[in-house]
Amino acid sequence: MIFPSTAHGSSSVGTRDASRDLFPCIECLRRRRCVSDNLTRGGVPIEFFHISVLLRPHKSPPHEPHPQEATMAEAVVLLDVWVSPFGQRCRIALAEKGVAYEYKEEDLSNKSPMLLQANPVHKKIPVLIHDGKPVCESLVIVQYIDEVWSDGAPILPADPYARAQARFWGDFVDKKIYECGTRLWKLKGEALQEAKKEFIEILKVLEAELGDRKYFGGDAFGYVDIALVPFFAWFYTYETCGGFSVEAEAPKLVAWGKRCMERESVSQTLYDPLKVYEFVGFLKKKYGVE
Amino acid sequence: MAEVKLLGKWPCPYVLRARVALQLKKVEYEYLEEELGGKSELLLKSNPVHKKIPVLIHRGRPLCESLIIVQYIDEAWLAAPSLLPASAHDRAFHRFWAAYFDDKLSPLLTRLRNGERGRANEEAAEGVKLLEEAFVRLSEGKGFFGGDEIGYLDITIGCHLGWIRVTERLMGFKLIEEAKVPGLAGWAERFCAHEAVQGIMPETEKLMEIFQLAQIHMKRSKR
Repeated sequence: MIFPSTAHGSSSVGTRDASRDLFPCIECLRRRRCVSDNLTRGGVPIEFFHISVLLRPHKSPPHEPHPQEATMAEAVVLLDVWVSPFGQRCRIALAEKGVAYEYKEEDLSNKSPMLLQANPVHKKIPVLIHDGKPVCESLVIVQYIDEVWSDGAPILPADPYARAQARFWGDFVDKKIYECGTRLWKLKGEALQEAKKEFIEILKVLEAELGDRKYFGGDAFGYVDIALVPFFAWFYTYETCGGFSVEAEAPKLVAWGKRCMERESVSQTLYDPLKVYEFVGFLKKKYGVE
Repeated sequence: MAEVKLLGKWPCPYVLRARVALQLKKVEYEYLEEELGGKSELLLKSNPVHKKIPVLIHRGRPLCESLIIVQYIDEAWLAAPSLLPASAHDRAFHRFWAAYFDDKLSPLLTRLRNGERGRANEEAAEGVKLLEEAFVRLSEGKGFFGGDEIGYLDITIGCHLGWIRVTERLMGFKLIEEAKVPGLAGWAERFCAHEAVQGIMPETEKLMEIFQLAQIHMKRSKR
């Protein structure tokens, strides 16, 4: 469990040498010793960040730039946390556009001066820093990426009505999935049943919107797909905690998720649902949820 | 049949956003006032997901969510003024602060109107101070967040000024005070006096009346 295998067995985008793969190992080794010492002593609560680093599977950082890309990559930095579905939206968008960038993993228990300076209002990830200027809020970042790197495949469609529809559904995902999903793992009893009912309703609304299309964007993978697909890796957690089956309630949505996972930008970014479940398990301990 | 229709309720600041955007772009539209206590069949059919106003109906196709409607108006009617700025980074800035206002400040204003005090007061003061800084940064010495002309962020925040004034009266002190936030104070006056806003922005007195009626109605229904 401490050293999970690479999430999807795929190699990273770009050229990497074996020594870079060792760094997460060494980091985890060091922290595992710290944590096991704490556990042995039995008194000190496990530091959240240690859990996050320990649990982070051995996947290469989302996009390690090729040496020749290094200068361009320095101009684009993403402050993020591996498991964040909001950060993953940005990583997928950058990958879809083929943008080289530097990924910086944040310690949310000890936020970096760079993060605090780049997002003084919310102090949250993700933050995209482009040529020294920060952009915050995941869907604002995705739109920014689409507008700046406009020669890549478009994320939002060209037609104003289609754009408005895409924004509407992106906004729907933002308002509904994370908040209701969080209640599924945090709450018990009647409150949990209420959350389950709401979550299933949300899934059905999304499935009705998807219909028989390949993606929410139609034939082209786009904005709504990017907004929603990171949560595909959270479905296992939500259904296990909530006591239902996402596939039974929304089979087309699950089929859509699997189609998205065939895209390298998605498969290279999302982690194994079991890893997400493990991570939420530790969050539950931290919050004292049974 | 009018090419552009807007379903709304007169006290609603989100509806006002759509109206100001349409006025700025000089788009002719039919305004359909929804009953204050109810939802028409047209509304329920046009916005089955949220069942809320505003809904813009353009050539028979509905659009929902006020800020999405404002962006649609900007993109569908390309005549000046542009509501969002030219640079991608400035657009991101407008969108960020619009999300901040809708996610943080607007719910806070509602809580303050419903009587919450103490920490809520401090949060409101901090929020207004942040908006002042954003105004100074984005206006670059000009009259609006959008520069010389009203833009996306002006519409987002400005259309709530009536309700901000109602909140100030209920709290007994000014949130947008010249001594503390001179940039915002000047901007608020300019926004309300703008030809695209004047005449459609509801009077604060009427909003107060509606608020007090709603409070009475709420207390009665709780019994």
